[in-house]
Amino acid sequence: MSTNSSLIHVDNVSFNFHGLKVLQDISFSISPGDFLALIGPNGSGKTTLIRIILGILKPSSGRIVLMGEEVHQFTQWQRIGYVPQKATLLDPYFPASVREVVAMGLISLKRFPRLLTRQDESSIDKALDRVGLKGLKSRRIGELSGGQQQRVFIARAIVNGPDVLFLDEPTAGVDADTQARFYDMLAELNRKEGLTIVLITHDFGIITKHANKVACLNQRLFFHGTHEEFCSSQAVQDLLRGEHHLVCHRH
Amino acid sequence: MESLLSYAFMQRALLAGFLISITCAILGVFLVLRRDAMIGHGLAHVTFGGVALGLFLYLTPLLVALGVAVFSALGILKLKERAGLYGDTAIGIISSLGMALGIILVSLAGSFNVDLFGYLFGNILAIDPEEVWMALILALVVLITIVLFYQEFVFLTFDPESARTSGVQVRRLDKLMAILTAVTVVLGMKVVGILLVSALLVMPAAAALQVARSFKEALMISASVAGISAIAGLVIAFYFDWPASGTIVAVSGLFFLVLFQARSYRKPAQEELNERV
Ligand SMILES: Nc1ncnc2c1ncn2[C@@H]1O[C@H](COP(=O)(O)OP(=O)(O)OP(=O)(O)O)[C@@H](O)[C@H]1O
Ligand SMILES: [Mg+2]
Repeated sequence: MSTNSSLIHVDNVSFNFHGLKVLQDISFSISPGDFLALIGPNGSGKTTLIRIILGILKPSSGRIVLMGEEVHQFTQWQRIGYVPQKATLLDPYFPASVREVVAMGLISLKRFPRLLTRQDESSIDKALDRVGLKGLKSRRIGELSGGQQQRVFIARAIVNGPDVLFLDEPTAGVDADTQARFYDMLAELNRKEGLTIVLITHDFGIITKHANKVACLNQRLFFHGTHEEFCSSQAVQDLLRGEHHLVCHRH
Repeated sequence: MESLLSYAFMQRALLAGFLISITCAILGVFLVLRRDAMIGHGLAHVTFGGVALGLFLYLTPLLVALGVAVFSALGILKLKERAGLYGDTAIGIISSLGMALGIILVSLAGSFNVDLFGYLFGNILAIDPEEVWMALILALVVLITIVLFYQEFVFLTFDPESARTSGVQVRRLDKLMAILTAVTVVLGMKVVGILLVSALLVMPAAAALQVARSFKEALMISASVAGISAIAGLVIAFYFDWPASGTIVAVSGLFFLVLFQARSYRKPAQEELNERV
């Protein structure tokens, strides 16, 4: 695990919340081009870990290095895209059009006073096209279904062409068809454009199909390795036995 | 209308009332959506302490009030962040302290005079030319600041956490927003008085939110409601000899009711419904 070749370096991170140990001694690295699936039961600290990596929460101890910079000094936000968990739980009456929400994702590319240009409009169109929502551009976001809202947030996260995309259960509430198309799109971005992806999911099908690295979290990081190692790991098999049927061959 | 405009005091009231109301209404949209609607009410009470302090020390009450309001707005922010208090609790603490200070000072000075009455209930018709200038400049400063930081403020209001991971300086902008709010509350106080200033912030914004489909639309509707209410309120007040502050707020309340009713009639545009989802 060398810091220089890795895009993101998590070093001995622990997090306590009101005396409760949420995360303990987490260390791992993410390399450019990785498609990392972060899995673990509810309450295992997945969301907390991502929020720490992104500098939203301060770890109780340990450090995060993002693209060679300490996270609290990090400035290259235009290289990061983030779809928070349950992004759908926003105020349903918030007066923002779909276009306005996606436009927020462009802010990291711009200098003060960050006004939108015609080129930005076409980036917005392209991002909405990618998630299949181009026609709903001027609708109020609250009028969309939960799954459609989630897709708007995905468009917002990719509109600035990031190098790393963090997705926290992005397809909760998205129909199966759209899910399949969405993950195919992610896999394509990952393969063709080298987009690094960090995905929190409970869906083992996706891990099997797309991820090249897997991290299992439950307060501690009890597994981190390649997809193949994940499939052959006895510890993982024991842990998941009865809960999931692991299909580990790829087509 | 001509006769009304022939009075210099009416010209001043219309000009200041119009611009200040619009400023309050635009900032109000952000405050309401940030669940900070009551901050206007709280800061107005603090302003009472500021005005009393100004009168007590024979300084310009408006300037003293401005200083006290800015200081308190930042204090409320700090209490929320550091002490982990809920927003409304922090507002409650600071505003009652301000009010308490005001009551003590007023009693020490032995003067619950006409001036103070004007600050409580508004005295836009008595605004003097110097105050009009001050109000115009401050209102423009607030509006221009909002325009310059528009994208950031919208993102921050919608989703502070993602704003942060897009490089928006959340804490700095929260502070800026607090200062803008304090300035705006003091301005609004000049128009409708301490007791009604939160109406200028909340009513047009709440009316706009009934029908707006985008943020720009919300700002535009809110500003229009406020601008029309200010002019109509002042004109009605002039002809019927009603108090200007109450009339302006009552007119904006009517707007709210109308848009509240209109809400159910506003459907998505037809071509959008036809769009394949
Ligand atoms: N701000 C907070 N408020 C309350 N609890 C917190 C907070 N931060 C962390 N926790 C605690 O941290 C633990 C991990 O939470 P986290 O949201 O990271 O889990 P998760 O793995 O994302 O779960 P899920 O699969 O349900 O999304 C939980 O036990 C939670 O109670
Ligand atoms: Mg989670």
